[in-house]
Amino acid sequence: MKPTSVYERIQKLSSRADPYPLYTELRRTPVSLQEDGSYVVSTYEEIIALLHDPRVSSDRRNLASPPSPQQDGLPPAFIGLDPPEHDRLRRLTMRHFGPPDTPGKVAGMEGELREIITGLIDGIADRGRADVVDDIAYPFPVTVICHLLGVPREDEPRFHQWAEEIVETLGPGEGDQEERAGRRQAAILALGKYLAELANAHRDRPGDDILSGLVTYKGPDGPMSDIEVITTSALLLVAGHETTVNLIANGTLTMLRDPVLLERLRNEADLVPHFVEELLRYEPPIQFLPNRVALDDITIAGVTIPRGSSIVLALASGSRDPAHTKDPDRFDPDRAYNQHLGFGGGVHHCFGAPLARLEAQIALSELAHRLVNPRLVKDPPEYRPSSTLRGPRHVEVEYDGVVPPAR
Amino acid sequence: MRGREALMYDPDPADDQREQVLRAAAACPVQALHVDRMTTQHRTVRPELPPSPTGGDDDFKRNGRIVIVGASLAGGRAAGVLRRDGFTGSLTLIGDEDHQPYDRPPLSKQVLTGRVSAEGTTLPHLREIEVEWLAGTPATGLDLAAKQVGLADGRRIGFDKVLIATGARARRWPNETEAGLDGVHVLRTLEEAELLRERLDAGVKRVLVVGAGFTGAEVASVCRGLDLPVTVVESGAAPLVGALGGVVGAVAADLQRENGVDLRCEVKVTSLEGDDQGRLTGARLSDGSMVEADVAVIALGAVRNVEWLRNSGLAAGPWGVATDAGCRAVDVNGLVTDDVFVAGDVARFPHPVYHYQFMSLEHWGNAIAQAEIAAHNMLSDQAHRWPHLSLPVFWSLQFGVNIKSVGVPTFADEVVIAHGSVEERRFVAVYGYQGRITAAVTFDQAFWLDFYRRLIEQAAPFPPDFRVVDRQDGARPVPAEVSQRVVPAQGATVMVTGHDPGERRVALANIQDEARH
Repeated sequence: MKPTSVYERIQKLSSRADPYPLYTELRRTPVSLQEDGSYVVSTYEEIIALLHDPRVSSDRRNLASPPSPQQDGLPPAFIGLDPPEHDRLRRLTMRHFGPPDTPGKVAGMEGELREIITGLIDGIADRGRADVVDDIAYPFPVTVICHLLGVPREDEPRFHQWAEEIVETLGPGEGDQEERAGRRQAAILALGKYLAELANAHRDRPGDDILSGLVTYKGPDGPMSDIEVITTSALLLVAGHETTVNLIANGTLTMLRDPVLLERLRNEADLVPHFVEELLRYEPPIQFLPNRVALDDITIAGVTIPRGSSIVLALASGSRDPAHTKDPDRFDPDRAYNQHLGFGGGVHHCFGAPLARLEAQIALSELAHRLVNPRLVKDPPEYRPSSTLRGPRHVEVEYDGVVPPAR
Repeated sequence: MRGREALMYDPDPADDQREQVLRAAAACPVQALHVDRMTTQHRTVRPELPPSPTGGDDDFKRNGRIVIVGASLAGGRAAGVLRRDGFTGSLTLIGDEDHQPYDRPPLSKQVLTGRVSAEGTTLPHLREIEVEWLAGTPATGLDLAAKQVGLADGRRIGFDKVLIATGARARRWPNETEAGLDGVHVLRTLEEAELLRERLDAGVKRVLVVGAGFTGAEVASVCRGLDLPVTVVESGAAPLVGALGGVVGAVAADLQRENGVDLRCEVKVTSLEGDDQGRLTGARLSDGSMVEADVAVIALGAVRNVEWLRNSGLAAGPWGVATDAGCRAVDVNGLVTDDVFVAGDVARFPHPVYHYQFMSLEHWGNAIAQAEIAAHNMLSDQAHRWPHLSLPVFWSLQFGVNIKSVGVPTFADEVVIAHGSVEERRFVAVYGYQGRITAAVTFDQAFWLDFYRRLIEQAAPFPPDFRVVDRQDGARPVPAEVSQRVVPAQGATVMVTGHDPGERRVALANIQDEARH
């Protein structure tokens, strides 16, 4: 039997709880060719270089054997496009979310975020046990993204199913690849149809939300076409609630595994941002960027990646590269310099990063402050199948009580 | 923030912003925001790294005397690095200004707009470094034999090693009477920025900017931002042409005109005119026309502060003080000194990537890099010195566009728009010289800069022939239209000293005398 490659072993569900020793193995070959012809890049310097390399495309249609147009259901959103199309769509979306047109938007949401998290933690106060994923880490960012985007919160059960499907089928996985692609396509189309109807409703009665902004803006770059509105809002909806959930869940695991850290989070207000940054380095929600394509032959770390090849950037491995970070496998929120790949980099640097940071800072700080003597019921917990968007399915926690919020 | 990338930070945020600032600093992907600490370390693998090994003389490190002449970015930075790397001897910082070291780039940007106070640009360095600081006392001479720096007040300060970091000053309008007219400004120092800002605040009918280099262009940009009428007069074919060549300069010209600047190129100001009260009224131009203006900003570049070195024996001239590749000063005979180091705008060093051509770079990043290397080498023995190899990088914010550059754009014979769109004011221009890439300039495309930096370091072939995202079809290399480069390497005397070859300072040793020994 042919030996299984390190990358294939990483895909196995049994590796999900602790893939990091496998990343150490992966880094022995900074750029490794896989059976399927893709190149996995696992060291920090090389990943950084490729994130800023204009010869690297994010558009799968540039593959030597591109996917058929039907295969994905919808044309790519800006995450799967290159400049200048990417820039235009991202700019049109950023208009309603951040600088230069809407500065202070995320910072201005802090009060609202605190209110939501306070309500969610209040909701588990009369119990001695909760699932931090289902009770806090999932509903929190979903409520936020729904409000921000202009999606009715009560539709959550509908789009939750589609979003799960889209995320679980992202990147390679176990099982039949064709069957996965089929499920993915069906979910994307269903979500697209739902958002198309919603966009129409917002066009007629616009509100103070991103979706209304997308359908009504008519500036030098705009307006967005109907299909662009759908792909963009689908991207925001899925990314907005399938990533932060893992960051908060991973953060809960990390702080409950270390009593000293938990105590420090309660006593040192300035520590929280550093805690979250270290989390993004140490246990990032997004472990791989699986969808890059070489537009030309690219020689890196002594390997020539041929034009048209698929490139996989192993972000979580790069952030733990000992050539870049001292004691990479130690969780250390006091690092003097923490440069990590938690949000990717280059032109596709995470669109929602400022929001994700604030959400994680607020959620984890409130959990640390309000839960009395919290403990993990099952460690390690059960994980969701995706190796790309990695996080626990549940984080069961027991506690002796919940104190009222500080404010 | 103006435009897509043109970010202007507040160097001295209010205390109630502290939490936001700390969050931002923690989140900075390249960890480039520093709060309450000096930025002399930038390492992730070993952030608390002990000082880099110097192998130098321990007694000197403990008890030596170091004098730094020049208390701006390079001087302040070097002082910090010396202390960081274990120098505990006496450290004297001599500055002609009364201020602590401050940051100049904001002076032509957020200070001039009034968003940030001039005092807010103070660099944090000296607040925490133990130095003897002689402020407001210009150095007037350097005595290499006695190892002393002479000061304007007659004092002489002894040293074991000295760092020359006297920088440059704004070139003034050559006609003294005209330069003295009320309304005629230059912009280089904190006071000059403050004066100009007050003047712009007080209400202005029209601003005349003389010279369209980076300072002139940024002043024009700020004035347009304040909705003031501006006329820019530039003797070259386009703004920024001296630094970026004619092709990118033409884009800069369009940018100015689109933003309402009355730009006049290939024209010179022949005289500034004033009224009976000595107030500026306008300027006469070489094409015979007149510009009416009540404020003129003279932006004709900088003059290096080397006069105090006139009789020192060092190779100091209008182009700066020549150094070796490790920031050690060179004397007029081309000999490398042991104890004299140079950093910042005043230094003139041979760059290996550019045929070892001697260059002086008036860039923020270059001042920092040279200060670090000079400080390290001051403490090191010959086995541990570092060369200054980093490629020049600079940035400018004007008319809402973030212009960045890596390499030396004037070291070029051709240029190609490698990707992006000139029409949309977002593009990458790649410069080549004799078939290799020597520089790249970006307009609102700064994130590709590192990629081109690596290509320059590798001497990658020009024109670039690989497929990239956002590539313009049919983009072809065109002549770079850079000004005729001075090639001073033809005669050693000129190369080293910057003096006229006729002024021969090198005497041949008497070979017969030598032979007798």
